[in-house]
Amino acid sequence: MSFDDWMLALHVLSAFAYVAGIVLFWVLIVAVRKIDTPEGTIRMEPIVKVGNASVGIGAVGTILLGIWLTFRLDGYAIWDVWIIAALVLWALAAAAGQRTGAEYTKGMTKAKELEAAGEGGPSAELLALNRTSNGVVLHALASAFVLLILLDMIFKPWA
Amino acid sequence: MSIVAAIRPDSWDFPLFLHVLGAMILVGGLLAGVSSLAFARGDVRFLRLGYWTLLAVSLPGWILMRAGGEWIASREGWTKEGVPTPTWLDIGFLLADVGGLILLVSLIVGGVGVYRLRQGKGSGLLKATLVLAFILLAAYVVAVWAMAGKPS
Repeated sequence: MSFDDWMLALHVLSAFAYVAGIVLFWVLIVAVRKIDTPEGTIRMEPIVKVGNASVGIGAVGTILLGIWLTFRLDGYAIWDVWIIAALVLWALAAAAGQRTGAEYTKGMTKAKELEAAGEGGPSAELLALNRTSNGVVLHALASAFVLLILLDMIFKPWA
Repeated sequence: MSIVAAIRPDSWDFPLFLHVLGAMILVGGLLAGVSSLAFARGDVRFLRLGYWTLLAVSLPGWILMRAGGEWIASREGWTKEGVPTPTWLDIGFLLADVGGLILLVSLIVGGVGVYRLRQGKGSGLLKATLVLAFILLAAYVVAVWAMAGKPS
């Protein structure tokens, strides 16, 4: 395997890490909708950290290695329409993902406040925060942008 | 590599898309399932979440990945009799098929474990599911590397 092959393999592995993180957050979004206790919400924190690491490594890896490959490989240029489209979609996905995280952090923060106050029982307010519809919409948007990047990478429109 | 990608016929794109999408869903389901099982610390909700994630996310992902893989391999002519297959494809097929078998075993073991959770038992079986799923996750990282880097 050449150095370029390794870089391409790492670029694709980064893409897998990115999507794996997004899938993990879908699982948590579905699961947290039934959780109304601080303990149950806080229990999700280590899994959230795994998702954050996966999305972070994946997002940074795809963009850095992708741009590097664009300059390195023959036949690709940074101004190719499909590459510009991928960069725009990546930025949109990152923005939507960041806002999704902010929405769901509200529930985690509330859970920690309740626990610190010694209120360990079910909370309607916590349940409402865990069921945030804004969070679902934003995560759906982030997922759609990433799916479009995948389509763009494979079909390479206007290439 | 870049030349191969550039000259890939358009008719290969859709099967390749299904194959990659399925593989990504599979890996995502494994990551979520392994994380839920690993951090459950005996909590039945998280043990169930981990198991159902493997069943409802990873298994459909595996089916899509394997079907898409067979389709794209057939389109590329690798499945014809007498055609020698490259190492990267052999690695991919081997890990996909053995991995599918391990996934099935982990789901059966985990299914029994989830059933036994009702009687306060079964967490040991779900630990076995966790170990198998973790091995699968590692194996599929190797498979992705082989598929993307295509070592000779």
